[in-house]
Amino acid sequence: MSEKQDELTVSLWRGGKSGSYQIYRVPRRENQTVLDVVTFVQRHLDPTLAYRFACRVGMCGSCAMTVNGRPRWTCRTHVSKVAKGGRLQIGPLENLPVIKDLAADMRPFFEKWQRAKGAFKPSRTRQEAIAQIRPDTPARMAADAAIECINCGICYAACDTVRWDAAYLGPAALNRAWTLFNDERDAGNAERLSAVAASGGCHACHSHQSCQEHCPQSLNPTASIAALKRRTAAAYLRGRIAR
Amino acid sequence: MNVRLYVWQRATAALMVPLVAAHVALIFYVMGRGLTAADILGRTRGSLLWACFYGVFVTALSIHASIGVRNIVCEWSPMNEKNAGRLAILFGLFLFLLGMRAVAAVILP
Repeated sequence: MSEKQDELTVSLWRGGKSGSYQIYRVPRRENQTVLDVVTFVQRHLDPTLAYRFACRVGMCGSCAMTVNGRPRWTCRTHVSKVAKGGRLQIGPLENLPVIKDLAADMRPFFEKWQRAKGAFKPSRTRQEAIAQIRPDTPARMAADAAIECINCGICYAACDTVRWDAAYLGPAALNRAWTLFNDERDAGNAERLSAVAASGGCHACHSHQSCQEHCPQSLNPTASIAALKRRTAAAYLRGRIAR
Repeated sequence: MNVRLYVWQRATAALMVPLVAAHVALIFYVMGRGLTAADILGRTRGSLLWACFYGVFVTALSIHASIGVRNIVCEWSPMNEKNAGRLAILFGLFLFLLGMRAVAAVILP
């Protein structure tokens, strides 16, 4: 791999809720990702830098950060795509508490996942035959269209409604609820519908579509939420959700 | 916003679509014909039709707007949902009384 001689000017958030950006000089390389830049700083310039990553190949969803003002998965974001004028500003994900430096506290994100009844509730026991799922039914296709979420939290960080309303479940949790709603093996839809129809649920969404715009997996949580709005409204009018 | 408020807000919005269209058409008609206040009152006073039309309009508008104001207050102020709901009810009642007063002024003989 050939190396360029120039440098990147990288501002990294240091501290917790209160802190400041500090500037580092990082060598610029071919095919360098933003995660490579952060790792270089931690390994060569400042070992006290805290950040989070695992797989480095866009599967685990743990390395999301705010890069030049936009939430991104840093392991799959090339520096050449985002570093205008050789400058990068990298901070923790927004809408979440900061643990330290670039590591955001993901607990609120996953707690809301649970509040939205995002856990699979089986309808069969292990003694029963495995359900045969046809891939071409409308429900299965709706589930498949939304199922590749890697829980990176980028949609949550990009969402204006999350920013304004601390109780809002957020795009990822509601998108997960929609996939389970369409899973014919799941038996938890009654309580799931009630959970997403309550205050802070799907009806709080303003359809700004920031989640769709920023999702690294090109999912469309806004569409999932809109579908949940329709299903919950219908269930409410039929008396299947407490009035 | 929960599903109950969502359904009410969407239902009142759907109800207001034809009412707003008719209201705007009415304004164009009145302006185009150059009707005076006396001409208008002559047609509306004692009219059950206009009383129903604008009575429904004011009621739907008061419900729709108060739910919207509740959402704005919840998102843009530190007020909790309970107090935002109370404020929204007061705002809705204010709009309803204001609107019904205007309806009464043009309908009652």
